[in-house]
Amino acid sequence: MSRLKSFLLLFLALFSATASVRVEELNEEFTEALLLRPLPDRKVLAHFHFRSSAPPSQRYGRHHRIFPKSIYQLVHKFQVREMELSFTQGRWNYERWGGFDPISSSNAKPPGVELWAEFDVPHDQVDDSWKNLTHALSGLFCASINFLERSTSYSAPHWSFGSASGKLRYGTLPREAVCTENLTPWLKLLPCRDKAGLSSLMDRPSIYRGYYHSQRLHLKSDESDASETSTGIVLEQILTVVLRPETFSEKALQPNWSLSSLFGRSVSGKCSLSSSSNVYVQFEQNLVSAGDKLREVSEASENAISVGEGFQDNPLFELSLLPKRVIRESGNFQKAGSILYEFSVEDSNEFKPFDLRLNWKTPVAWSSPQAPLQASRFLLGSGNERGAIAISMKSTRSTNNVEGTGGYDENECWLRVGIFQMVPWYVKVYYHTLKLFLDGKPQSSMENIEKILVSPSEDKVSTGVMELILRLPCSVHTAALTLEFDKGFLHIDEYPPDANQGFDIPSAVIHFADFVANMSLHENSLKQEPILSKLQEEVPVISYTEVLLVPLTTPDFSMPYNVITITCTVFALYFGSLLNALRRRVSEDEKLLSGKGARKAGPLMLMISKLTAKLRGKPQEPPELSDSGRSSSKYKLIAKVVLVAGVAAAWQFYFQ
Amino acid sequence: MAEVAAVVKPKPRPIIRIGLFLISHSLLVSIICCVAGVLTLLLLPVLAKNTYISENALMPGSASPMLSSADASDGHIFLNKIMSIDSISTNTGIEIPEMIGKHIIESGGEVNYHQIQPISDNFHPLQFFLGPDVGIVRENYSCTSYGINTVGIVRAPRGDGKEAIVIVTPYNSVKTTTSEALSLGVAYSVFSLLSRVSWLAKDIIWLAADSRHGEHAAVAAWLRDYYALSRGDLEKNQDMCGASSVLGHELTSVKRNGVSNGFRRAGTMAAALVIKVAERSTGFEKDGLKIYAEASNGQMPNLDLINIVNYLAVHGQGLQVRVEKIWSLLDSWWLYSLGELQELLGKVAKSLNPDWKIGIPASDYVEGCATLASSLYNQALGVPTGPHGAFRDFQVDSITLEFSPRFSSSQRVLFLLHAGRLVEGVIRSVNNLLEKFHQSFFLYLMTSPNRFVSVGIYMIAFALLIAPLPLVAAALFSDASKSKSGKDDVSLEPSHPGESIPTFTAWNWLHTAKTVLIVHLWGAIVTIIPYFLCQFPNSSPLTSLLMWTVSSLVGLFFTCAASGSLSIPRASQLQIREWTLLKAVTVAAAFIGLCLMSVINYATAQIGALLLVPMCLMAVPLRIDVSAKTMKALLHGACNILLVFAGFPPTAFLLLRGALDSFDRVRLDDFWNWTESLRAWNSATYIYICMVHLPCWVLCIRILLHRR
Repeated sequence: MSRLKSFLLLFLALFSATASVRVEELNEEFTEALLLRPLPDRKVLAHFHFRSSAPPSQRYGRHHRIFPKSIYQLVHKFQVREMELSFTQGRWNYERWGGFDPISSSNAKPPGVELWAEFDVPHDQVDDSWKNLTHALSGLFCASINFLERSTSYSAPHWSFGSASGKLRYGTLPREAVCTENLTPWLKLLPCRDKAGLSSLMDRPSIYRGYYHSQRLHLKSDESDASETSTGIVLEQILTVVLRPETFSEKALQPNWSLSSLFGRSVSGKCSLSSSSNVYVQFEQNLVSAGDKLREVSEASENAISVGEGFQDNPLFELSLLPKRVIRESGNFQKAGSILYEFSVEDSNEFKPFDLRLNWKTPVAWSSPQAPLQASRFLLGSGNERGAIAISMKSTRSTNNVEGTGGYDENECWLRVGIFQMVPWYVKVYYHTLKLFLDGKPQSSMENIEKILVSPSEDKVSTGVMELILRLPCSVHTAALTLEFDKGFLHIDEYPPDANQGFDIPSAVIHFADFVANMSLHENSLKQEPILSKLQEEVPVISYTEVLLVPLTTPDFSMPYNVITITCTVFALYFGSLLNALRRRVSEDEKLLSGKGARKAGPLMLMISKLTAKLRGKPQEPPELSDSGRSSSKYKLIAKVVLVAGVAAAWQFYFQ
Repeated sequence: MAEVAAVVKPKPRPIIRIGLFLISHSLLVSIICCVAGVLTLLLLPVLAKNTYISENALMPGSASPMLSSADASDGHIFLNKIMSIDSISTNTGIEIPEMIGKHIIESGGEVNYHQIQPISDNFHPLQFFLGPDVGIVRENYSCTSYGINTVGIVRAPRGDGKEAIVIVTPYNSVKTTTSEALSLGVAYSVFSLLSRVSWLAKDIIWLAADSRHGEHAAVAAWLRDYYALSRGDLEKNQDMCGASSVLGHELTSVKRNGVSNGFRRAGTMAAALVIKVAERSTGFEKDGLKIYAEASNGQMPNLDLINIVNYLAVHGQGLQVRVEKIWSLLDSWWLYSLGELQELLGKVAKSLNPDWKIGIPASDYVEGCATLASSLYNQALGVPTGPHGAFRDFQVDSITLEFSPRFSSSQRVLFLLHAGRLVEGVIRSVNNLLEKFHQSFFLYLMTSPNRFVSVGIYMIAFALLIAPLPLVAAALFSDASKSKSGKDDVSLEPSHPGESIPTFTAWNWLHTAKTVLIVHLWGAIVTIIPYFLCQFPNSSPLTSLLMWTVSSLVGLFFTCAASGSLSIPRASQLQIREWTLLKAVTVAAAFIGLCLMSVINYATAQIGALLLVPMCLMAVPLRIDVSAKTMKALLHGACNILLVFAGFPPTAFLLLRGALDSFDRVRLDDFWNWTESLRAWNSATYIYICMVHLPCWVLCIRILLHRR
């Protein structure tokens, strides 16, 4: 066994050596990886990571073997320097699934579609490139990304997203529904699609049944950079899903799962085009320390071995396969960091599919590392007139286990929190009403604001953007931020479909610039694995807040018909009276009236005039109201109608 | 040849002629209109339409209920636990919230506790115009007594968290009754089911409201905090007055996850259901369900919400659904004979044409009338009929479902199953809804759980009732000006040569208008007096009422003396026909007041019009009646006195109470309590009574007592 292992290692070493040589030789590369992590609330995180890279075309040429052509064309046509597109369904639960690790910082996305892109074109062409890009992506991914084309739906953040070049555009579509129609084109970008390799696990019903589903595409290119150091285009495709294993284990124990029970499929071999194809199982720091504690207890009785080396004797859990290697994160202080078990799917085949299984041995409870502040956003006030947006941030320090990020000195310690808030124009935010509360006390906001940039919205033209960096004392427990707004009125044809649902305010982005979420794996050889190097990358801790739903006044959409009816009536009345006035001749009228006085009234008219005179108690006046000749014919007509109606009624009654 | 000259004079336009005709026949018109108005009101149960589900997206009952008997028995176990806690003598009101919180966490929800304090009922006379305050709730709490609301939230697995559905179960945490425990059991079984299902698109909030300071207060306090930056948002560790230690300890021992240290929210509320269980059983064959919908100032939830509840209860769970009705009306002979009359008419019409389906059975008619009257009364009162009223203040559609089980404790699981399935069905239906409720009616009156009268029909009765008012005002005004212009020529000009006021007869109404305005101003003062009376604590209702009356009278005297309008009779001939002008302006003021009120609360305006319109129209100085000395005149005078007697708000209230209940139990201080409750609920009806009805009543008395 050990022989085989050493042989395998040797082979791997050789392989990696050749791979590194190949990079020198400029070649396309594709890798796939899957990271699984049990979550504290009986769920499992599955994180697929596919990476394709193409060398710069100046040196390599335009023909690609693995790299998707559509993406290459996209990059070249629109001069994209960096781009990220995510389709998300569900919400990332920062409280339970953590907010301080690389995966949550870079993969927890707001619901719907989020797109940001940075272009390598002159400033005045950026907007055009953005518009074209949205249309291209919309066609590519079968999504309504083209709605981001309108200037009322995207913004140009200055410093909140990476570079401050001013060539970056950002837009979200919170209401976009995400489904297989978006996943299929995304899978088409993979060289093996979902026919082989890890992506064959993506059984649509299982991955869409989950609690969180985020499919992401990250693109980085330095094509335009002609220097020797340029790396070409790197395309990362990431799918993050949170699933609940369906097992009937007892309640206290975490659920056992296997790849086949999670996804309904298992892996039979790697994608033959990929240079590496690994599965990782990660156990979080707090879980590891919980396991350590448990072992310390049991050590008293028996001689157990540490978690890292003898995973078979681990008191907490049991993995069905032997890991290829165990990677320990170098923990800070005495605490152990998280542990990664690496498995390779290369040995598996159809007859011996790779089906990793995790069995829990003892009940355990732990919590995921939290971001320094836990943010939530909500609306204040009710009614159709005005309201306020509030962002409340609560310190997670009591539950936080990430000390050591610049040792807390209670006196001279500041926490820098960046907030990026984009507001559509029909929510008219009054930025001067910005109020800040620290621990329940209102603050003069200037004291705590390090940097602020506000670009107010312009009606029907552009969105309002607020970028803010707060400087809070580290000892702060809660911070709350409120902004008042008025609700605007839309023109009737500006309402989207289902306007009565309300209007969305996209998620705010909260980032903690001083904190970086990365795993420090000290072995240099690990840099070879793209997913591991990604985990080691220093990314700022970012969290997204909830999407808000603002109910605006909506008209009754049948109103146009009422308006048409009323307008027609008014027109009819107007033209009628106008014609009347035009064709009337005063002299003729007078003649007619005087002639009428002489004429004799009909008998019925006389009778009525007598009756009314009696009612009034005045002497009878001769009828003067109308033309008696015409009126008598009218009465005849009425009498006829009454007669016919009476006959009809009698007929009806008779034939009962 | 005066006739010829009149004929040659260009005749006015037809519309003006019609107007003139109506004004000249105002007496006839007003009689016809009033009678027709009352008749239409009585015909409303016949004109009611069957309800239908207007919004297609709701699809009630399209999915089979998932709540199994296992869930129901879980709910039963939960119920038994609550009852066992309640039987412990040392119940401080913390144990039950703790238990609920523990169960919510076990079923996978999130929990937070919300502390409430009884709020002093501040008098905000115009709050119904302004709506609840936006801002920060910062009140000083003392640790004497507080309630703890338990809030559990299930996040929709794949939802975007923009919307939420609320289930409310009020219970008294100190002394929980079996029925309250049952309602908690229903909510728990539904909640634990919903935490497992995959079809949720909206988050579910379960509010177990601690009703020791009143059900409405607890719910309203939570809602206020939900829509404002509350203490829970601003302070990390609220001191829960000693409860925190107990709660904290208890909860850490359960599980740290999911218990929050602040206020938890979940998006915009789509609908709210308040679940209650009645104390007494119905005595019917089936389990009963009673729907309460009226919120403050006669606001109703969207009819679709009632429709889905009714549909699912009747067709899904076989419950007997009822809405509130006035029971004493059920055995009134006159209503029954009216019902038989309309049934007869309906039969005749049907024999004429079988397609004419007017007329309903007499018993249905009586029942419809009783329900309609109760619906009208509850809307007119402007006081919510349950904790659901608090939601309507924030434009959230909500109703209270009061189950009344056939009690026998062995069948509790079955009851939990039925009630739970109904609640689940309603939630599933609302969950289907993409937009907020907007398709169906908001302005309606119920005549039975599945019949309603929409605004288009019930407005007719009101419109007919108030239509004569402007006509009569115009007729009186023209009469007065005519009679004066006749006299002006003879007497006025020479007798007052030095008077500074120009004797434009057309402007004489301004003087009376001033009088009317001053009386209405006095009405405003009367509105505010109770606020000052409330400053004296420990006064019995009767003394308060007396003080109110006395101070109002004093106020009336002073205002009139100050303005010199009422008490100083000017001995000029100008005053002779003054009462006609006064009546004209009074009638006009009543018309404006009623119209304004109909916009705010239709039902109040309707009932007010029934009292006010005949009183205003009939008012004629008693001296005229007495001096005429005919039978007709005396009858007229007696009618006047009777109307004015019945039109005085306290007597009207007490008479109504007596007629509906019994006269033995009617006490004078009931009226004070009633107005106090109106004030406490910020009802617009109170303002209507004091600022429209009472001044008009005073003016009518003034007309009656007019000296010739």
